[in-house]
Amino acid sequence: MNIFVCVKQVPDTETKIIPTSDGSFIETASIKWIMNPYDEYAVEQALLIKTTIPEANVTVVRVGSVKDTEALRTAMAMGADEASHVAAGDNLDSYSIAKALKGAIEKTGRKPDIILAGKQAIDDDCLQVPQILAEMFNLPSVSVIVGFEMNGTTVKVKREVEGGALEVYEIATPVVLACNKGLNTPRYASLPGIMKAKKKPLAQLSLADVGVTDADRRVKYSGFKLPPEKPAGKKFDATDAAKQKDVVAQVVGLLRTEAKVL
Amino acid sequence: MDFALTSEQREIRELALKFARNEMIPLAQEYDEKGTFPTEIFKKAWELGLINVCIPAEYGGPGFTGLDGVIIGESLAYGCMGMNTSFMANDLALLPIVIGGTDEQKKKFLTPFTQEFKIASFCLTEPGNGSDAGGIKTSIKDGGDHWIINGEKMWITNAGYADLFVVYGTIDVTLKHKGISAVIVDAKTAGIVLGKKEDKMGHRSSDTRGVRFNNVKVPKENMLGKPGEGWAIAMSTLDHSRPLVASSALGGAQRALDLSIQYAKERIQFGVPIAKHQAVQFMIAEMGMKIEASRLLVHKAAWMCDQGIKNTEVASYAKAFASDSCMQITTDAVQIYGGYGYSKEYPVEKLMRDAKLIQIYEGTSQIQRLVMSRELLK
Ligand SMILES: Cc1cc2nc3c(=O)[nH]c(=O)nc-3n(C[C@H](O)[C@H](O)[C@H](O)COP(=O)(O)OP(=O)(O)OC[C@H]3O[C@@H](n4cnc5c(N)ncnc54)[C@H](O)[C@@H]3O)c2cc1C
Repeated sequence: MNIFVCVKQVPDTETKIIPTSDGSFIETASIKWIMNPYDEYAVEQALLIKTTIPEANVTVVRVGSVKDTEALRTAMAMGADEASHVAAGDNLDSYSIAKALKGAIEKTGRKPDIILAGKQAIDDDCLQVPQILAEMFNLPSVSVIVGFEMNGTTVKVKREVEGGALEVYEIATPVVLACNKGLNTPRYASLPGIMKAKKKPLAQLSLADVGVTDADRRVKYSGFKLPPEKPAGKKFDATDAAKQKDVVAQVVGLLRTEAKVL
Repeated sequence: MDFALTSEQREIRELALKFARNEMIPLAQEYDEKGTFPTEIFKKAWELGLINVCIPAEYGGPGFTGLDGVIIGESLAYGCMGMNTSFMANDLALLPIVIGGTDEQKKKFLTPFTQEFKIASFCLTEPGNGSDAGGIKTSIKDGGDHWIINGEKMWITNAGYADLFVVYGTIDVTLKHKGISAVIVDAKTAGIVLGKKEDKMGHRSSDTRGVRFNNVKVPKENMLGKPGEGWAIAMSTLDHSRPLVASSALGGAQRALDLSIQYAKERIQFGVPIAKHQAVQFMIAEMGMKIEASRLLVHKAAWMCDQGIKNTEVASYAKAFASDSCMQITTDAVQIYGGYGYSKEYPVEKLMRDAKLIQIYEGTSQIQRLVMSRELLK
């Protein structure tokens, strides 16, 4: 059984994002990269499947810059068997990324049974690579999964919908699944795991190797800038009962004239 | 010359820091308050390979360098200096075996620590002998086919939970240093009496007690080296362990700096964040400078030891500088937090209490200066 896990390397959640001076992208030089937190659930799910099906192969695939391969090494230290890395800029659009992931998976020569990914990347929050990838492979997909069971060649997954209700799907593999928080508890990479990961195969590919060109770009970024700083909030003192009527009138007035919400 | 960590060392640090943030920091305050021994956290850290990192690969250990060890030590102390004292005590107890043990002793005593979660204690200090460790009085007598230990040890970390003790004693107190010998003692041996848990100022989650040895019989093959070789083993152990203990001061200091920066940017006084006041800026600058210098010393002392270069003097620089700096930095962190810093609601007062111990154990800051000057004036 072949399990593929798509992982993205994203800026650490505490990173202060600064646009480059020409506004073409963000400053990446001082960023600390981590594995996208939602992808950790995907890696963990793959490893959980592997504990019940020991002959399963878990390959992690990533598209992105070569500066650091933290995310792939972490996944292998957690227990994934091998990795493929497609070298590319960090500002590709979702379509190009999905196409590159598909190319990298095909390059391994193995037919995927299950492709796992995080439901979204916490940097650009596009929430669409798993779905595009499924479309390209012509496979069914379920996103935002919080429950997983494997029964032979079918999987039973639970998906969270508005209001806390769950949808339950039974699907024959191959399938693409996008994982949400709550699916499992990702393990730590252990120190022996880190040492072992160094000896695991990591295939290095270029965009050309996986057949992606500039023409595949569907989204062009016209510029990056910080949102305007929020002006400080206004405080109204209404502790004095006698003044309350006045204060209410003031607030309503400002909501009309300044905030223009009334 | 290269100051960069290897990619593997960066990964090790990330793992240890992640563990410190997720597993240790959330419980540090409560465990300190209640004096809870961190058994579960200790075990979890062991499962991830973060404990007993001094054990060589031949005996089932990770095959790490001393430099790797101080990187892990700093990161775990970042989570809680107190819990880290318990973790680190395992290394301090096992190091004499790594350094002075025979192949057989290493297989017998080190390997089980890699296969099962076990706790060890290092017993050198006595009620009457702390800094003057050469004057210890615990006796180790020849009982024919075994050794007999009699005496009292004091301030023994992990004593209440230990599976194994490494005990220093003397075969003849008149021989001074030349009589000192080290034996490995199974904690289940008859005649070992534990004292009550000390109620301490800081490091309250670590377990510290007196231990009495009443006619404790130990197999002959449990002595490290020959009778009288204990002092040399102890001294050589210090060259390895002082950088490690220094690394815990470094982790505590880094935590104090990170918290101070965060608070100074949030707390508004006189209409601006206090980080805009130069007096606060300078305290933060001082912290950063001392941490950077401590880290360079700690890494160098560990690196020298790994290279087989005599590091006694630099290890003392690292231990004294890092622990004295940690004391200053954590005190200033309380200052930056003001009244809030003095409350147990906030994390910095604990750092200040925890910092104090690192200036005391594994050779006080005064003893470190004694070692340095002795080396310099040789
Ligand atoms: C919480 C805790 C955990 C510990 N864990 C362990 C452990 O696991 N195993 C173990 O063996 N020990 C342990 N110790 C003991 C520790 O190493 C000793 O407390 C330390 O070495 C100091 O000894 P002392 O307390 O007897 O102080 P003393 O030696 O009595 O020193 C008192 C003061 O006199 C100063 N002083 C002494 N001699 C000189 C000198 N020649 N020149 C200048 N100043 C001097 C000291 O610097 C200090 O300021 C622990 C201690 C504590 C508090």
